[in-house]
Amino acid sequence: MINLDKGTVIKRQKRRKLLIEGIAIAAIGLVLCLLLPAILPAFRLKLLGRFLSLAIVALGIDLIWGYTGLLSLGHGIFFALGGYGLAMHLKLQLPEGQIPDFFPLYGVEKLPFFWYPFYSFPVTLIAIVLVPTIVAGLLGYLVFRNRIKGVYFSILTQAALLVFFNFFNGQQKLINGTNGLKTDTDTLFGMVVSSSGMQLAFYEVTVLSVLIIYLLCRWLTSGRFGRILIAIRDDENRVRFSGYDPTGFKVLVFAISGGIAGVAGALYTVQSGIITPSFMEVAFSIEMVIWVAVGGRGTLIGAIIGTLLVTFARTLLSEQFPEVWLFFQGALFLLVVTVLPNGIVGWVKSWGWEKLRSLLGLEEPMVTYPSLEKDPLVQQEREELESVQDNQR
Amino acid sequence: MAEKILEIDNLTVNFDGFKALNNLNFSMDAGELRVIIGPNGAGKTTFLDVITGKVQPTEGTVRFKGKNLRKIAEHHISRLGIGRKFQTPRVYLNLSVRENLDLACNRQKNVFATLFQRPPATDKRNVFGLLETVGLTAKADLKADLLSHGEKQRLEIGMLVAQSPELLLVDEPVAGLTDEETENVGNLLLALAESHSIIVIEHDMEFVRQIARQVTVLHQGSVLCEGNMDRIQNDPRVIEVYLGQVPSIGEKEMIMLRIAASMAWADGNIATEEIDVVLTRLSRQFADDEQQQKELQHELRDYLGSKVAIADLVPQLETVAEREIVLKLSYEVISSSARTASEDLINEEEAIAYVNLIKLLELPAETVKRLEAEVQAMSKS
Repeated sequence: MINLDKGTVIKRQKRRKLLIEGIAIAAIGLVLCLLLPAILPAFRLKLLGRFLSLAIVALGIDLIWGYTGLLSLGHGIFFALGGYGLAMHLKLQLPEGQIPDFFPLYGVEKLPFFWYPFYSFPVTLIAIVLVPTIVAGLLGYLVFRNRIKGVYFSILTQAALLVFFNFFNGQQKLINGTNGLKTDTDTLFGMVVSSSGMQLAFYEVTVLSVLIIYLLCRWLTSGRFGRILIAIRDDENRVRFSGYDPTGFKVLVFAISGGIAGVAGALYTVQSGIITPSFMEVAFSIEMVIWVAVGGRGTLIGAIIGTLLVTFARTLLSEQFPEVWLFFQGALFLLVVTVLPNGIVGWVKSWGWEKLRSLLGLEEPMVTYPSLEKDPLVQQEREELESVQDNQR
Repeated sequence: MAEKILEIDNLTVNFDGFKALNNLNFSMDAGELRVIIGPNGAGKTTFLDVITGKVQPTEGTVRFKGKNLRKIAEHHISRLGIGRKFQTPRVYLNLSVRENLDLACNRQKNVFATLFQRPPATDKRNVFGLLETVGLTAKADLKADLLSHGEKQRLEIGMLVAQSPELLLVDEPVAGLTDEETENVGNLLLALAESHSIIVIEHDMEFVRQIARQVTVLHQGSVLCEGNMDRIQNDPRVIEVYLGQVPSIGEKEMIMLRIAASMAWADGNIATEEIDVVLTRLSRQFADDEQQQKELQHELRDYLGSKVAIADLVPQLETVAEREIVLKLSYEVISSSARTASEDLINEEEAIAYVNLIKLLELPAETVKRLEAEVQAMSKS
């Protein structure tokens, strides 16, 4: 009887928590979608849109690093693949028979074969997600099948990043090499991409994408699948001897994470007006990791918060003191590693929350020997004793 | 004959020239509880690694229920029904106790089933039952990180059982536990042995004695000997492996020594006089010159272990002469000292043990009388 009651109480608490979370997400979504466009100047709104698209890639990194424990330093690949996908579609908004303006510069007269699918908008949308997903899946399969993990995995992803970077840099005749693809002056649905209406639309789509991808990650990380990811992070061999094949799980998560980065890349590209191979620079991919570390590994909201904080700080600081930013970023990383190993959200969860509550007078700071108040064994015994006493009465 | 759950033939594992396992043969019936002991480096853990597929054998085969396990991946072997507990407790520290068990309980272990299927209600009930079995109900929603060492060991055993394997491989389950926890784990294993086949690897001899029925001793990658606990303890080869020197006396002499020692222990107290009697008499029995006798006495002192069940030992003495020696020696031992001055030389417990021994020895009554008289005559002179 007692256990049943306890079970329903826990269930009810869970449902209430979920409800609160849902309301909070909806509220934040509404503020981002409706309120901010009305009060922020266009320039700031565009910045926010870019930062939010970066938050999407951070969510992907959190999935593979924070939950599954695999530090990928190569997410620039997937980010750029998504960006290139959309940019190619925009470049193809031309009258019949013409090819993008940079091709003639290199003596190319016929459109390279892989550009053709990008004439179609739906195919482009699918490709933005699918191409990075497949690339990540393949890379992941090769790496994970051979049980490469830890630092070797990080090095391999970084090496792959360099390979892609050099390849894209060198292929003028295929994708305009180091100059990249400029999307500002292109049109989509007959409207110029850099026009304010279009940019607002992109902003709204970005907010929506953040919400959808947050919910996707939330779904993935709750339930058994998410717990297996954590289990793989904590003790992969144990997982294997429990009858699960970690390779499949890791490949899937890495692929999903790649797809998410692709979406982020596409949204970032149209809001910054250009995509170049520099999106695949080593430093940028490491920066993505820093955002997640600052916000808090293994907490989805942390990835978003971390990204927004760090990127906004960069904008503000580099507006004021252009030289300082890199030092600041280095200091930030050191600070997080040494003082806040679980990031901001991790710190709030484990420590700051209680401190805040006690500061606000909501909960008395514990003065007794804490294990007596919180030890479940002691609590259970106490409950049992009370119920026995009740029965005796 | 019971069905064999595990058969291992000519198993050799070669790590760059070092043979961790060397031509090992082993087999085990379904439903058996087998303890494997052996000094450090005997290959015990490698033995488990090979069964679970972590290490591939260089030569030889491992068969589980008749199925050859070569080239089968670890997770498939686990799904066949072999569960393994590691030496140090390995649980998922960032998941709650309940979640740890739930992951092990899950029957559908491929990626998409895990992602899309709702956990069936039976799993929840199983987890609830397991929590009771391992005694962690109160801490079910605590992160495994916060459990004590012993609780983690129990949780890991619970996770093993959750997989409902037919064969449990348990590597040093009581390392670092208190005596009480050790006994708990022992009882847990004994309870599990009713419905599972279990292999336990252990160093702690007290614990082995608590749970062991059949014991296999590994040494330098091969099986040294097999048998019940008493047999193993008296085997000179096992003693050599553990104590590092060959005993100078044979198996029969060792048995006599043990019986005499257990007589001395009968009143719960082994007195110096009793030890002296055992050692001098025995050394005289086994060696001729005085020097050898001295050395022997020194060596034998190590073998005067604690109480042993004499019921298993006596039948191993086959000749009448050996039995007579034992009787004489035992009588001499019990009459050599008393716990307190006021007591008889042969106190009540000793008398009971002695009567018991006579029954086991199955010597004719006249012989017993004759031998006792001889001893009394000797002690008077």
